[in-house]
Amino acid sequence: MSESVVDPDEVEHVADLARVNLDDEERERFSEQFADILSYFETLDEVPEVEPEAELTNVMRPDEVESSLDQDAALENAPESEDGFFKGPRVS
Amino acid sequence: MSHNVYITEEMIPGDTDGLLAGRTVAVKDNISTAGVRTTAGSAMLADYVPPYDATVVERLKEAGATIPGKTNMDEFGMGTTTETSHFGPTENPAAEGHVPGGSSGGSAAAVAAGEADLALGSDTGGSVRCPAAFCGVVGIKPTYGLVSRYGLIAYANSLEQIGPIAPTVEEAAELLEIIAAPDDRDATTRGAHAEIGGSEPDDMREYAFADAADGDVDGLEIGIPTELLDGAEEGVVETFWDAIDELESEGASYHEVDLPSVEHAVEAYYVIAMSEASSNLARFDGVRYGPTPEYEGNWNEEYARIREEGFGEEVKRRILLGTYALSAGYHDKYYKKAQDARAWVKQDFDGALSEADVLASPTMPVPPMERGESLDDPLTMYLADANTTPINLANLPAISVPAGETADGLPVGLQLIGPAFGERTIIRAASALS
Repeated sequence: MSESVVDPDEVEHVADLARVNLDDEERERFSEQFADILSYFETLDEVPEVEPEAELTNVMRPDEVESSLDQDAALENAPESEDGFFKGPRVS
Repeated sequence: MSHNVYITEEMIPGDTDGLLAGRTVAVKDNISTAGVRTTAGSAMLADYVPPYDATVVERLKEAGATIPGKTNMDEFGMGTTTETSHFGPTENPAAEGHVPGGSSGGSAAAVAAGEADLALGSDTGGSVRCPAAFCGVVGIKPTYGLVSRYGLIAYANSLEQIGPIAPTVEEAAELLEIIAAPDDRDATTRGAHAEIGGSEPDDMREYAFADAADGDVDGLEIGIPTELLDGAEEGVVETFWDAIDELESEGASYHEVDLPSVEHAVEAYYVIAMSEASSNLARFDGVRYGPTPEYEGNWNEEYARIREEGFGEEVKRRILLGTYALSAGYHDKYYKKAQDARAWVKQDFDGALSEADVLASPTMPVPPMERGESLDDPLTMYLADANTTPINLANLPAISVPAGETADGLPVGLQLIGPAFGERTIIRAASALS
């Protein structure tokens, strides 16, 4: 039904960008499903260019110091922390 | 008998007095409750205990409500059946063997089963209205900006609102009175007294909604978008017209309207929602919350591994499709066109609502699906959101009220759509049916 082919390599590339590992089965299944879904999304081509009405206004507040979560509370859910910091894997 | 309504059943007491004293309000599990775990239906947050309350939870407590537990939902709100939950599916108390709708399926089922008096859900593309329709109860998706999203675990910020679910229109309106108010912690909220009207604010209520549930539809003009009937199943359409007949017999009149833009609403909705989700869910990196990592590889490898473990298949699908839609070379083709479609939908609705007080459609084009039926075919599940997603794109308020049942005894919801901050109008119209 679809002309847009999303091969498993392309799914792998996007998964890489999104930082989500997939197993082989998911990769295969997603590539089939994405072909269908993306060809459906392509009907957006028929939509004319529309100028959105400008009804939005910025909401500002004075930049003042306010109380917020303390360090302990912010770290409560972290799997690992050290000296009041989040601890993560090495960067490279 | 358990319908698997709750992910966490833990009582959170409210103040001793207030407008909701003595009543229980179940809260969807993507709304933060201080000290009580909040999973959003995901393994990623299976052990997450928020250190703070969402604004709506603070307001419930101040109004004296008791929260009996956190309700089951599609993972991060991504689903139409509550079957993508990491914590198993919820049974529909109004139609055994069928899904309760989603993503706020646990909240609607809790109300339908009498396990809670009232409930809160969140509605990004129909997630309050769909389960309300499928479970035979009332649900309101408020105008964007009426209710604070502070403490709501984000799926697609530009589309979603927290909304009430209740057995009757009046009770849904009472709960909306408690949660609706501008909030400094959500800059997308604002005061809307000029548009909403009604009586003056008091200690607990910014706006009055419940007194609008007076059943008076004499002179009400209803617009019926033909596009929202075209794709609906016959049994649903028949029940819909029965409800319109009833409103007509009480003094309302109707005319049909064309909204050509809504033919593109579902795809525009999914492109926008998935794009926002791909960005929002980047925060789940296993460092600030999430499963305990083992840290063997570098940051990128660990990050990708934790997310493989913590996210279910529908969430991965949407993150990937959103990443794709925003990626170099595709942004203009998908995301930008979806924004055009969104602006077009908004114009179409504004036009139709200049010649009608409310618009009406079936809430869902189909009755509740059988359990397990829709999981393998994501596109079909997305298309079931045809009638609810346009309203989120247009930032408008809508209510789903029981319209009756199909010949097979399955619940059908009537959706009434109002102009921005026209909650009192849709509440009044819906109350004529109950």
